[in-house]
Amino acid sequence: MEIIIPILTAAVRSGTPILYATLGEILTEKGGVLNLGLEGIMLLGAYSGFSVAYSTGSAWLGVVAAFLVGCLLGLLHAFICVSLKGNQVVAGLAMTMFGTGASSLLGRSLVGFTIPGLDRISVPLLGDIPLLGPVFFQHDAMLYCSYALVLFFCWYFSSTRPGLNLRAVGDNPRAADAMGIPVAKIRYIYTMVGAGIVALGGAYMSLAYTKMWGELMTAGRGWIAVALVIFAIWNPARAALGAYLFGGVEAFQLRLQTAGTTIPAPILMMLPYLMTVAVLLFISIRKGKGIVFGAPASLGLPFFREERD
Amino acid sequence: MDLPQPLVRMENITKRFAGVTANSSIDFDVRPGEVHALLGENGAGKSTLMNILYGLYRPDEGTIFANGRKRVFFSPRDALAAGIGMVHQHFMLIQSQTVWENMILGLKDLPFIIPKKTIRERILELSSRYGLEVQPDASVWQLSIGEQQRVAILQMLFRQAKILILDEPTAVLIPQEAERLFETIRQMTAEGHGVVFISHKLDEVMKLSSRVTILRKGALVGTVETAETTKEELAEMMVGRKLLFRIDRPDLAPGRDVLACKCLTARGDRGFLAVKSVSLAVREREILGIAGVAGNGQQELCEALTGLRKAESGTVLVDGRDLTNASPKVFIDSGVHYIPADRRGTGMVPNMNVSENAILKRYWNRPVSKGWFIQWKEVFSFARDLIARFSVSTPSIDTPVRNLSGGNLQKLMLGRELSDSPRVLLAVHPTWGLDVSAAGFVREQLLCQRERGGAVLLVSEDLEELITMSDRLAVMCKGEIMGILDRPSEVPVEAIGLMMAGTPLEDLQREPLSS
Repeated sequence: MEIIIPILTAAVRSGTPILYATLGEILTEKGGVLNLGLEGIMLLGAYSGFSVAYSTGSAWLGVVAAFLVGCLLGLLHAFICVSLKGNQVVAGLAMTMFGTGASSLLGRSLVGFTIPGLDRISVPLLGDIPLLGPVFFQHDAMLYCSYALVLFFCWYFSSTRPGLNLRAVGDNPRAADAMGIPVAKIRYIYTMVGAGIVALGGAYMSLAYTKMWGELMTAGRGWIAVALVIFAIWNPARAALGAYLFGGVEAFQLRLQTAGTTIPAPILMMLPYLMTVAVLLFISIRKGKGIVFGAPASLGLPFFREERD
Repeated sequence: MDLPQPLVRMENITKRFAGVTANSSIDFDVRPGEVHALLGENGAGKSTLMNILYGLYRPDEGTIFANGRKRVFFSPRDALAAGIGMVHQHFMLIQSQTVWENMILGLKDLPFIIPKKTIRERILELSSRYGLEVQPDASVWQLSIGEQQRVAILQMLFRQAKILILDEPTAVLIPQEAERLFETIRQMTAEGHGVVFISHKLDEVMKLSSRVTILRKGALVGTVETAETTKEELAEMMVGRKLLFRIDRPDLAPGRDVLACKCLTARGDRGFLAVKSVSLAVREREILGIAGVAGNGQQELCEALTGLRKAESGTVLVDGRDLTNASPKVFIDSGVHYIPADRRGTGMVPNMNVSENAILKRYWNRPVSKGWFIQWKEVFSFARDLIARFSVSTPSIDTPVRNLSGGNLQKLMLGRELSDSPRVLLAVHPTWGLDVSAAGFVREQLLCQRERGGAVLLVSEDLEELITMSDRLAVMCKGEIMGILDRPSEVPVEAIGLMMAGTPLEDLQREPLSS
C-alpha cells in the first residue's frame, strides 16, 4: 500500500496532460477532421500558459491563454482542411513542426524560471476516502476539470442534439449535409475547440506538473495521445483509462530510476513509447479479426458537395 | 378545370459540370396531391435536376418558386425549410447510428437534450400512418435495403416535407416491396403531398403517376398527362427512337463446368458471413445470372470466385482444378476474368491513361513486356486495336481514363477482359448507368463470349436484363442461394421476387403461386 498509492497518484497526475490531449483530439476527430499537430499544439499551449502565468502571476490566466492559443491553431488547421480541403495528414505534421520550433524559439528567455503554479486542493469528503482519496482527489483544480470533461463528453456525444449532429458529420458528411446540417461550420467549431483542449494538456504540464517551462517538454505526449484516441475507440471514458495507464507506466519507470535499479535509464524512459507501439499493434491485430470499431467513417476526408462520380 | 397552385415550380434551369451540360433550360413543377414522374435514361439529368431542387447543387441559370415565392436554395437546409424532401438512390443515412437518431439529424427545433421517448412515439405514429414499418432502436447498418428506404422516407415525413422526391426508389426493391411503397405513396398524395417519382421503368410510371416529364440528354422533351399517353409513346420520347429491348440468343448446348464452387463461405468487409455455403457451377456456352437485392452477397461471391476475397471454407474449381484461395493472378492466368461493379476503383486506375489501363492484366506477358521492360510500341498497337474493336470513343490512347464517360470506360474494360478469350467472365452490373446503345453493345459482347464457347456469370439488379440474358438464374438472399431456375423467362416474376426476399425454391414448388 505504502508504495502503490504514490505510484497511482503520480499515474493520475502524469496521465492528465495526455488525457486532455486525447479528449481534444477525440472531439476534433468525431467531426471527421484528423489533427496530427497535437505535439506542436501542446508545446505552444505549455509555452503560452507558462508565459502568461509568469508575467501576470495568475496560473488561471495562463490556462485561459493556452486554450485561446489552441483555438487559434485549430482555426488555422480548420482553414487548411475544411476551406482549402488540403491534406489533413500533411497539415497536421506541419503544425507539429511549427509548434515545436515556435515554442522553442519564443520560450528561450523563460527557461530556468519556476512559478507557484496551480494550488493543491484536497476535495472535502472525497479526499478522505482511503486509497481513492489520495489517488484521485488530492490534486489541483485543473485535474478535477479533466474528470468533469470526460463525463461531459460521454453525455454530450450520446444524449445531446449537437453531439448527434457532430457524429453525423464525422461519419457521413454527405448525408449530414443532405439533412441540413452545416458541415463546414461544425468542423470549424470542433477543430478549434478540440485544439484548445489539446493545448490545455500542454498547459497542465507547465502550470501544474512541472511548474516550469522547458524546451520540448511534452516529450512525445502528443503522439501518445494520437495513438490513445484509437486505443479508446473514440470513447472519452476509455481515453481516461488509457491516459492513466500511460501515466502509470511513466510514474513506474521514474520510481524505478530513483530506486536505483541496474536497468539503464534510457531503457526505462523508452517504456511509455514501447507501450504505444504495443497498443497500436494490439489494435491492428484486433481490427484484422473484423471487430467493428467506432472510428468516424469519414475521418481525414475533405467534403465536396458538388463532387460527382 | 381549375388547377391547384403548384407547390413548387422550377423555371429555365440550366446546370453545367466541367463542360458537360447536365440540365439545359428545364421547366418542372409539382402540384399538391399528385405523383409527377420524372422519366429518362441514366444520365438524362433527372437526379441533377432534383438535386438542384433539393439545394445540393446550385443552378447556373434559372429560378425556383416555392409556394408562389421566388427562392434561392443555398443548401438542403433551405430546401427542407421550404418543405422539400429528397430520398436519394444511395440513402443519406448515418450507418452507425440508430433509426431514431437518423430521424432527428439536423433538426433545430428540438431541445438540447434529446427527448428520446417523444421521438420514438412520433416515429411509430408516422410509421403506422403511412405503412412504413421500422424499429426505432435498430442501427441502420443492420437494416435491409428496403428497411433503410423506409427510414429515409420517414426521415422526410418527420420534418414535414410537403414535397417528396424519390430517386429511383424501386431500383433496390423486390416487386412485393415496390407494391408496398406504392401504397405509401398513394397515402401521401391522398393527404395532399406532392411526390416526384424518378424512374426509367415505364410500367411503374404508367401505374403510379398523374403526369410525366421526360428528359433526354439533359434537355426537356415534354410533360404529358399519364392518362393521355401510352407506354410506347413514353419510350419513344425517352430514347428518341423506337428501340425495344430485344436480343438474339440462340439455343446452345452447355458444355463442361468451367468455374464452380462447392459450399463456398466468405466474410464481408464487416466480418460477418456474406456468402454462406454457396454451391454453383457455370458451364461452357452458358450465361448464369445471379439475381438478388444489392448487398446480399453477390459482390463478395464474385470476389471469392476471382481470388480477391479469402474463402473461409469450401472450394473454388476452375476447369476442375482446385484454386481455392489462390492469388488473383493465378485466376487470371487460368482464364477467369472479372468486370467489377466499381469501375473507377477496382476495375481501372483512373489517373492512368487508356493504353496503360488496357495492359493492366497482361503487362507481365510477352509481347507487351520483355524481361523488366515494357514494349511501348506493342502496348500502343494493342490499345489502338482494342479501342477500334470495342468502339471506345476516346480523344487518344494517352487520355487518362478518368476523363472517359461511363459507357466508354465500360467498353474499354470489357475489351481488356475479353481480348484474352477468357474461359469465364464474371460481370457485375455491367450495364448499370449506361445509355441504351452502350448497354446493348455490352450485352452483345457477353452473348459473343457465350457463343465462342466461354462461360459468363452475370450479376445484375435489372431483373428484365437477367431474365432475357441468362440460361439459368440463381437467386441470392442473405448470402445463400435460394434456388437456381433453369428457364428464368418462363418463371413468373413474382416467384423470383419471393426468392429474392428469402423463400427457397423448394418451398415455392411445394406451394405453387396461384397466378
